Amino acid sequence: MIDPIEPPRRKNPLLRTRLPTSPPRPRSRTSHGFTRAAAEGRFMLQRCEACGAFAYPAREACPACLSAGLAFVDAPRRGTLLAETTARVPSDVYFRERAPWRIGLVRMDCGPTMVAHLHADCAEGAPVLMSFQLDKSGQAVAFARPEGETPNMADDRQWREMTADPKFRRVLVTNGRSVIGQEAAAALKAAGAKTVFVGVAEPWRPFAGEKLLRGQEGIEVVTLDAADEKSAADLAADIGGKVDILVNTTEHVRPGGLLDRRGTSIARDEIDQAYLGFINLAQAFGPAMRMRGADGINNSVAWINILSVYALANWPAFGAYSASQAACLSLSQCLRAELRPGGVKVMNLFTGPVDTEWFQTVPPPKVAPRAVAQAIVSGLRGGLEEMYVGDVAEEIRQRLAANPKALERELDR
Amino acid sequence: MTNSKRTPYDGVVIAAPVTIPYVRYSIESAQWWIGRALSALVAQAGIKASDIDGLCVSSFTMGTDSGIGLTQHFGLCVRWLDTIPLGGASAIAALRKAARAVQAHDADIVACVAGDTNHVDSFRLTLENFSRFNQDAVYPYGAGGANASFALIARNYMRTFGVTREDVGRIAVAQRANALRNPHALMKTPLTIEQYLAARPISDPIHLFDCVMPCAGAEAFLVMRDETAASLGLRAARLLSTIERHNAFADDPMQVRGGWAMDVGELYAMAGVKPDDLDIVQTYDDYPVITMMQFEDLGFCNKGEGAEFVRQHDLTIDGDFPHNTSGGQLSVGQAGAAGAYLGLVEGLRQVLGTAGPTQVKNAKLGLASGFGMINYDRGLASGAAIFAGPSR
Repeated sequence: MIDPIEPPRRKNPLLRTRLPTSPPRPRSRTSHGFTRAAAEGRFMLQRCEACGAFAYPAREACPACLSAGLAFVDAPRRGTLLAETTARVPSDVYFRERAPWRIGLVRMDCGPTMVAHLHADCAEGAPVLMSFQLDKSGQAVAFARPEGETPNMADDRQWREMTADPKFRRVLVTNGRSVIGQEAAAALKAAGAKTVFVGVAEPWRPFAGEKLLRGQEGIEVVTLDAADEKSAADLAADIGGKVDILVNTTEHVRPGGLLDRRGTSIARDEIDQAYLGFINLAQAFGPAMRMRGADGINNSVAWINILSVYALANWPAFGAYSASQAACLSLSQCLRAELRPGGVKVMNLFTGPVDTEWFQTVPPPKVAPRAVAQAIVSGLRGGLEEMYVGDVAEEIRQRLAANPKALERELDR
Repeated sequence: MTNSKRTPYDGVVIAAPVTIPYVRYSIESAQWWIGRALSALVAQAGIKASDIDGLCVSSFTMGTDSGIGLTQHFGLCVRWLDTIPLGGASAIAALRKAARAVQAHDADIVACVAGDTNHVDSFRLTLENFSRFNQDAVYPYGAGGANASFALIARNYMRTFGVTREDVGRIAVAQRANALRNPHALMKTPLTIEQYLAARPISDPIHLFDCVMPCAGAEAFLVMRDETAASLGLRAARLLSTIERHNAFADDPMQVRGGWAMDVGELYAMAGVKPDDLDIVQTYDDYPVITMMQFEDLGFCNKGEGAEFVRQHDLTIDGDFPHNTSGGQLSVGQAGAAGAYLGLVEGLRQVLGTAGPTQVKNAKLGLASGFGMINYDRGLASGAAIFAGPSR
């Protein structure tokens, strides 16, 4: 059983901020099958298509029959902890700073044995559940948890290194005028965030849902217009050193594609709000977040983008909007690489049309803003990198994987 | 398919056991250490470097070099060449290959040499780049290196067979007593069982005195036919038997035995001796618990009786079971791949009667074993050799 983590004390500004270090990063290309699984919160192992044997670590041929047909498939998570040890004198800086560090050897029910990071409540001889998590290098690692829930389970020191749990952390939600922003603020607060800063452009102008934010304990409305470079920089100057999680809820949806619009003014708006707004936020808040990746219990841990799933495949009815989202998706990969030395995760949450004004004419199913907010919290708690919220997003993901050309034709209707 | 019967090593001898004394850190390269070993081989055997027509090399720290680069580096023109990257099993594997080479006249004099340097960062780099499975699925888990991997094996073994730290400690303590007689051992202070038990934990249940100290050094020997040795006037040990095995018992969920257990019958049958006949035993002691495993797998006692065996025997030079007489890697140091050679080279000195301060009286028949390559969750390579001095 583990003790709950204590709320962090106020930071002494005179003390040096401990710089982030990264756990060992090199992996074979095949091993990145696990990275994909971890990014989406799935547990996948290689399974031989010829003889059905599961294999681990990542291989190029089946050790049972030498077939090269080793596909990554969703695999049963259960196993038994055979033996554990506590590394007290690791040879790597990241682990040396975090020693003692507990690992173990787990025999999976489906066959292979896996070296894994251990939750503190795992016991030798007892069953465990395995998952792949993204560590502070952004690489997949196996993590074993007890089979059942245990008290304060998410507060485990090693588990918290793999996740971005909002508990005790300070969050900036960038757009409080949107319903998603308002729902996200409430959900993050309920999930234990210490403070949720909510950005509102021109906050003297009243807006719908204002009372959900104003006067709520732990929620602080701040002035932010992400599309305005100076506004983003001003806010960062004020709170940049205490944003542990940034939720980019910038939203600018307009219908239309190319030929039925005149000129570029609407497209320019879309780019200004979504793409340049993203750049402004990244430049204002990214450097401090990257520096604070190892700054105690409430270190900076994650940046979340709410993106349209049409970033992955253009939906001509909202064609220019889809393109602006695709630009943001590309930029998020750049941001992920640049935040990686700080161990800060970049998570993209893909949604289908959300149940808001600008998708008024779109038939259901539509995603409820509250579902997006809940997904933000569960994604942070699971330390994920990719999430698909709602049926439309999940369907687009699957259809894109199955046949991108079919998807392209079918989106044109 | 059953394995066919192997032909004996008739006429194969081993000569000129060489140790280049170890240092904790060296600014020299692995090539420098290997060069010193080759030079010492030539000097001790009274031959010219050009008489060496076969070369077998093992090293972790040669960078981009392998055996071929060394031929030009050291001005050797050989007609048989091998590079053996088997870690702690390298010496036995080198001996086996060289023995067959000279027996078949592919070469007349094979120099088997292992050497490694140890810069301040080289051990960490070796750990980090050890193998693909290690890189993908072990090192990112706490970066405990071999200590953590062997800790898992040790913990399971000790629990399964009721072995205590004190049982395991007897091996380390006895080796330190031996090392105090070896002027080249890096560990120069006595070790009591109390000190062993009180040592700081490294990766439970592995504590400080269960670990070898990485260092720089080199070891070597010559393999040739007996008539070659006779013509050179060299005293040499006869090779009686060897075994080698890789990735044995892959279905054991955790390692409780090494590949020796598969082949131990053949080891003694080929040599025509029994475990009791051996005068000295040199096991691969990267961790004392692995030595205990070898006592079982090499037939000195049954599986699960290793702890009782070490309680019943005195493992020091003057004891009833002289073991790792130089002090072993635990007390002399582990010079990378040379660690594989340390036991065999010391064993050769013993049966040749040239071990000096660590000499066991009347040692005639010796066994040396090797173990290496913890590629993922277990040591994959194992080997052993039995050899006899000229007086037997």
